[in-house]
Amino acid sequence: MPLIKITDLCKDYANDGVLTKVLHHLNFEIAKGEFTALMAPSGSGKSTLMHILGLLDRPTCGIYELDGKDVTKLSDDELAELRNHKMGFVFQSFNLLPRTSVLENVKLPLFYGHAPIDQHDELAKRALESVGLEHRLHYLSNQLSGGEKQRVAIARALVTNPEVIFADEPTGNLDSKSGGQVMEILQTLNQSGRTIILVTHETYTAEHAQRIIRLKDGEIVSDEKVRDRKTAGDGLIK
Amino acid sequence: MLQLIIHYLHLITSTLKKNRKRTFLTMLGIIIGVSAVIFINSVGAGAQSLIFNQIKGVGSNLIGILPGGSEEDGPPASVMGIIITTLTNDDALAIAKQILHAESVTSYVKGTGTLHWQAQTADSSFNGVSSSYIVTEETEVGEGRFFTEDEARDLSRVIVLGSQIKEDLFGDQDPIGQTVRLKKENFRVIGVMKPRGTAGFQNYDTEVFIPLLTAQKLLLGIKHISFMRVKIDKEIYMDDSVEQIKQILRDRHNISNASEDDFSVRNQAQALQVLGSVTDALRLFMAAIAALGLLVGGIGIMNIMLVAVNERVREIGLRKAVGATYKNILWQFLLETTFISFFAGAIGIILGIGFSFLAALIVRQLDYDWDFVVSWQSIVLGFSASCAVGLIFGIYPARKAARLEPIDALRYE
Repeated sequence: MPLIKITDLCKDYANDGVLTKVLHHLNFEIAKGEFTALMAPSGSGKSTLMHILGLLDRPTCGIYELDGKDVTKLSDDELAELRNHKMGFVFQSFNLLPRTSVLENVKLPLFYGHAPIDQHDELAKRALESVGLEHRLHYLSNQLSGGEKQRVAIARALVTNPEVIFADEPTGNLDSKSGGQVMEILQTLNQSGRTIILVTHETYTAEHAQRIIRLKDGEIVSDEKVRDRKTAGDGLIK
Repeated sequence: MLQLIIHYLHLITSTLKKNRKRTFLTMLGIIIGVSAVIFINSVGAGAQSLIFNQIKGVGSNLIGILPGGSEEDGPPASVMGIIITTLTNDDALAIAKQILHAESVTSYVKGTGTLHWQAQTADSSFNGVSSSYIVTEETEVGEGRFFTEDEARDLSRVIVLGSQIKEDLFGDQDPIGQTVRLKKENFRVIGVMKPRGTAGFQNYDTEVFIPLLTAQKLLLGIKHISFMRVKIDKEIYMDDSVEQIKQILRDRHNISNASEDDFSVRNQAQALQVLGSVTDALRLFMAAIAALGLLVGGIGIMNIMLVAVNERVREIGLRKAVGATYKNILWQFLLETTFISFFAGAIGIILGIGFSFLAALIVRQLDYDWDFVVSWQSIVLGFSASCAVGLIFGIYPARKAARLEPIDALRYE
């Protein structure tokens, strides 16, 4: 059974009475443990698709099955619960809480979950270790470099031990060295069995994934395995 | 649940710490509102105590009898300055004889005149009273003595001065035995009252006292009395005595129907109750005006929280993305405003008590019998009102925050 199964999915936006079709009847599956890149030029619906896959937005039509269960009809609270323990998000602009310590930032998802409070510090520290930031626990988020911020964001996405991590242009605001570190971490996470969905408009970045789904004007134009897969550390990533 | 509460408290305190100046400004409205409620209530209670203490100074086991009938709660016409001649000293003597628990009965006539001694003059209001006056009014003579029953009966021309009058006329000299003139009649000074101060609108220290009969015959040329006071020995006999007095007067005045009464009998305790309910209403009214300040403070909180929600849209989006529900966000903001107003309320209460204490201290310095009272009701009111304000005015911003779609909040620039 695939982790994600999309059937005939579409998304329309109504803006001042003008209907904009963003996604047209998409069909695809993503298996557990797969590292998939959604690739498209800006404005062609890839962020919308990621938001729907990440349960931050609802499709206008079609079926989205997560772990074999249709999630399009779930209530807002049920979606929040699924986001909390099945998903992790990494955003282009990091979205850390300002003037808040690294540890507190990473602990944030735990407060909306079920882990006992006395384990929160330990879980957050372990997540920070896995991104190599155990020495920055008590730094405030605004005292970090861009690369460090994104690694904190990855630690935050990891802390609830989710099945799938969504990364929306995670290297977009970073220099190539920090970008390389971020991709390396994502590849390592994937090797340890986690499903990763990467959204990017950069071919080079997308080629770190196992598979690339290309979108154009809201439709899938190609869906293929990466033949010459890049490994982070090979070269510079931007 | 517990971990959420701890998280919220932690979150709120750290948010507030990061915005200290703004938090203080948010609190200011509530602080002023609550301290005003406490202060006004306390000053009101102090003023009430001042009035009550003065009335009690006259004695609380007193029954007052005024000429002229009246409604149960309204004042008799004689209070308005209309002269009614239905009450006489013989009525007083009858009451003294027949009422078992009457400790003393005193008749009063009142007038005004100028006192002369050598070249000195002093305006005063004079009282023609029975010799039982000092017992009825629970007052004391400072120098010399009060006149006796015999002197009262014999039309003696003796006078007891209020302490202020003595001061005005004689200064440091000994007035006892001196002769003063009042309305062209000479009076021998036999005593000076102890200073007693002001009660209501009456300054006892500028009054002088002469025997009732002397005042009626020599100065006023009347036979009736202005009013009479009966002192009852124990409070429990007050109600019975009032009824008995009414019956005695009806018998003496040949009245068969209570609606035709040509007198009014008033119980001092009742008067206190009436006055108490009037001043209570006044206090409540003032506190309500002060509470308006709280309302304004609440609107201030709402404004600032709306700004805070706008500033934190991305934070809200992120929280929702990592699993916060509508309720989580709602409570976060609701608790934040409640927390702010709760603390502001606490500060307001402390300040209010402080100001009330200062006010009481100053008024006492001015030698008034002023109690420092901060009722627990006003504290509970201040606390609950401030928390309620925080909750009520927090709802709108909190709902606005909680309703944000995660996707819109994350995209917000």
